[in-house]
Amino acid sequence: MKRKFLSPLSLAWLLAGAQYVQAAGANGQPVTPSIEQLWEIIQSQQAEIEALKKEQQETAQQAAAADEKAEAAVVAVEEVDAKTAGVASWVDKTTIGGYGELHYQNIEGEDNDLDLHRFVLFFGHEFTDSIRFFSEFEIEHDIAGEGQKGEVEVEQAYVEFDLRENLLAKGGVFLLPVGILNETHEPATFYGVERNDVESIIIPSTWWEGGAALNGYLDNGISWDLAVTSGLEMPTTGDNAFRVRSGRQKVSEATANDLAYTGRLKYTGIPGLELAGTVNYQSNATQSNNDGLNEGILYETHAIYQRGAFGLRALYARWNFNGSAVSAAGDDNQYGWYVEPSYKPWEKVGLYTRYEKLDGARDQDQFDQWEVGANFWPHPDVVLKADYRSRNVDSNSSGADDFDAFDLGIGYQF
Amino acid sequence: MFSSPCQSLVSSAFFFLLLLHSCFVVADSPYQSSDAFLEEVFIDDVPTPQAIWLKGEVKETTADILGHAYPGIRIRYWGKDGRTAWVLEEVGKTQPITVGLVVNADGLELIRVLAFRESRGWEVRYPFFTDQFPGTRLTTDNKLDRHIDGISGATLSVRALEKLARLALYLHQQTVTINDPTS
Repeated sequence: MKRKFLSPLSLAWLLAGAQYVQAAGANGQPVTPSIEQLWEIIQSQQAEIEALKKEQQETAQQAAAADEKAEAAVVAVEEVDAKTAGVASWVDKTTIGGYGELHYQNIEGEDNDLDLHRFVLFFGHEFTDSIRFFSEFEIEHDIAGEGQKGEVEVEQAYVEFDLRENLLAKGGVFLLPVGILNETHEPATFYGVERNDVESIIIPSTWWEGGAALNGYLDNGISWDLAVTSGLEMPTTGDNAFRVRSGRQKVSEATANDLAYTGRLKYTGIPGLELAGTVNYQSNATQSNNDGLNEGILYETHAIYQRGAFGLRALYARWNFNGSAVSAAGDDNQYGWYVEPSYKPWEKVGLYTRYEKLDGARDQDQFDQWEVGANFWPHPDVVLKADYRSRNVDSNSSGADDFDAFDLGIGYQF
Repeated sequence: MFSSPCQSLVSSAFFFLLLLHSCFVVADSPYQSSDAFLEEVFIDDVPTPQAIWLKGEVKETTADILGHAYPGIRIRYWGKDGRTAWVLEEVGKTQPITVGLVVNADGLELIRVLAFRESRGWEVRYPFFTDQFPGTRLTTDNKLDRHIDGISGATLSVRALEKLARLALYLHQQTVTINDPTS
């Protein structure tokens, strides 16, 4: 509701009218005032006007003063906030995040399995605007220790520097720039309860090494990575002979006689599209000579396309190893690929299917597999998953059987 | 066994140059200051800042859009000739992203990342991503009226920019309400 005030001039005319009426005679007829009376009325009205003007000015000054006080109070509150942040600046500059996932697996021919597969905490700290630290601390399979099934791992712990606006360097323990899931594997970001097998068996995700790296990017969406890191130390005998995943040293007193070199080129210049290729060169995949396994080169390429409700992921990865023993075992070429189309009929629901083909070192790592499933996101950072997969191994043997499996999972990130 | 002398030399040189470069060459973080952004938007005639006070429904809706309470009791803006400009911040994965936004009667006019501190998701800085936003309006349930295609591996940074676009459009509506003499 709006209030309307009378202007001083209007008020003066009203006063004049009232006094004129008071000047009416006893018979009710108006009496014309004399010049002296009119002069008196005008003088009186002028005094009233002056008084009202003064009052209005005082009110305006008080309002302005009140505004200034209110502004000063707000600024003071904001300054207190800033000072409080300054007192505990490390809190302001330190960030915590994390993710986790619980899996239920029902695999044909095996016991059903319920596993807190991953519980992860991120800790980051910003030393300056251009120097920052990032780490990832992980517990796998809930309990770690002697005789337990789990592990405690530091998968990332590096310091990153902004060298130029489009050029970064980092040193420490970090994830290698290869594949789709190795760097981004929070459960809400991918389909399937378990990660795809190509990025577990051929690309041994999660794959982290110690070393130094450069990352640059251009305005057109092209970026590049170069890294010099510790290398693999793959076994050449036993059940896991020439198995890439068993070669990860996890930067735990890692043998660093022979380093590895990684380069990646990536294009993300069209929203929803990612095209990338990585080459990783292992100067000696066992860290020792005369054991029948020498150099190794990984070639990986992938594409991601997400347009509206439709999505597609496809990845191909291949290892070529040199050495008499690895060639004799037929493990000198190990490869895998998958294609994964998906569709989101609703914002919170996604459906997918995936076909994978692998040829790894062990018998159980040589198979093709169909998988269908769904993700449900009750919140963008929380996901419920279900999938069904059917695996056909190339040659059935002990520990390498065909199977069908049903999986359920719940995951989160923050 | 030990690596060859040549290999060791190359690796050592890479590490050394990287560390040397890291120690002495450090970039300034913001790509554009707030003042420079405003001067560009209002062509060197930046109006006096005003503020939206976060109380009642405005406070609740702001928290609903961001997914958390706004860390302050008011949000400053600059308004002139039916356009409003905002400098807002939202955390992507772990670090705040500073964004400048301009809104007019036709919707979102401009969105620009002024400072980006995340390790991944740098793509959201560039026009090939931000060009999706101009002309975007707010639906009745405070969502964007068009789909924004994301960046793989940068989901949280993309989401942060979408939130700030929604917030600027919503707050612009509030400034129209405040300045409307019939309301």
